[in-house]
Amino acid sequence: MSLFSKENRETFFSPIWMNNPVTMQVLGICSALAVTVKLEPALVMGLSVTIIVAVANLVVSLLRNTIPNRIRIIVQLVVVAALVTIVSEVLKAFAYDVSVQLSVYVGLIITNCILMGRLEAFAMANGPWESFLDGLGNGFGYAAILVVVAFVRELFSAGTLLGFKVIPDCVYELGYMNNGLMLMPPMALVLLGCIIWFQRAKNPELND
Amino acid sequence: MNTNSNTYTIVYASVMVVIVAFLLAFVSSSLKDKQNENVELDKKKQILSALNVNMEGADVAQLYSEIVKQEPLLSADGAIKAETGAFAIDSKIENAKPLEQRNLPLFVCQIEGATKYVLPVYGAGLWGPIWGYIALNDDKSTIYGVYFSHAGETPGLGAEIAAEPFQSQFTASPKHITRNGEFTSIAIVKPSKVDESRDYVNGISGGTITSQGVDAMLKDGLGQYVNFLKQ
Repeated sequence: MSLFSKENRETFFSPIWMNNPVTMQVLGICSALAVTVKLEPALVMGLSVTIIVAVANLVVSLLRNTIPNRIRIIVQLVVVAALVTIVSEVLKAFAYDVSVQLSVYVGLIITNCILMGRLEAFAMANGPWESFLDGLGNGFGYAAILVVVAFVRELFSAGTLLGFKVIPDCVYELGYMNNGLMLMPPMALVLLGCIIWFQRAKNPELND
Repeated sequence: MNTNSNTYTIVYASVMVVIVAFLLAFVSSSLKDKQNENVELDKKKQILSALNVNMEGADVAQLYSEIVKQEPLLSADGAIKAETGAFAIDSKIENAKPLEQRNLPLFVCQIEGATKYVLPVYGAGLWGPIWGYIALNDDKSTIYGVYFSHAGETPGLGAEIAAEPFQSQFTASPKHITRNGEFTSIAIVKPSKVDESRDYVNGISGGTITSQGVDAMLKDGLGQYVNFLKQ
């Protein structure tokens, strides 16, 4: 079987939009609410989750035939926790400012449902390469939603993107104001709802 | 092999835990020096930031050694306990001790020929610790600059204490932590409220508990130095 066969491409691309872990499977909502106030932490968070879910999928898939059935969740959790700790330590050593910004959320990747969901549903039953692609696809799918939500929230709550001012002062002089509601977690949920609405309106076959 | 037997499960779990433990210990110890360096550099940046020093593209460690002249430890009665050691003090540990036993760190700095005193403060916000550095002019009352940071306050709300609009209020007009020779601290009030009894700045809308935390932190943190401030 070739590395980029139709099935493998499907494994990689489907979670990015048609079977997105956040909008279709409604996983990882908690962190999607927490780290999307600003674009930069959302990007780093998306990247961290992508790396961790891809590598964890790969490791668990390699081990899948040796893992005792009764402690498989614990084994998966240990793999994820070890990876998260390593990523967090590496960020502290080489990207100190970003790690300060993300504070507790890096550690909380352990509790991200996407990870356990993919490990249990996919990596335990598929080969290493497919699992790695599945992890990348789901990570990117998660990151994409985070970035879209963070883009809207930062733009309307602070008038900036990645910390750079994009709404010029003359607009404010005309009476435009930043929307403080965008800072609140519920607005992330409302935006997420809008994305799901858009996705389902575009693809009627997704509706039950 | 029967992967469901008890022996297999126990051996598997033990081997896995040992491997992971070694891996994490290795990662942690090999990155330790680099991380400590970052933490120290970050602390120096925070202190210089309270002194309104422009660090753009500068060598922070060198700038720090040029500006900070002395790092003595004080006791609560204002006397100098030790000539050095302020930099290594962990405010969290010191705050757990009774006031008489605390080592109070002081940073004596020189900016353009004038002496500035930097006092660290440490307190609690809504979600976790908050801390800061307060730079005073040599009258030991007028605020020259401030720096605040936090471990996990809500972005956009409590976390705004670390942002420029909040901190610039402390220097926009002269603020004094004493009035008529008595220590009053600086009040953090709800926006549009006033505090006649002492100098005040506006708190963060939507970050009330964090703002109250800053208020208490300034009162307690600077209050420890009350005897030094009177000297």
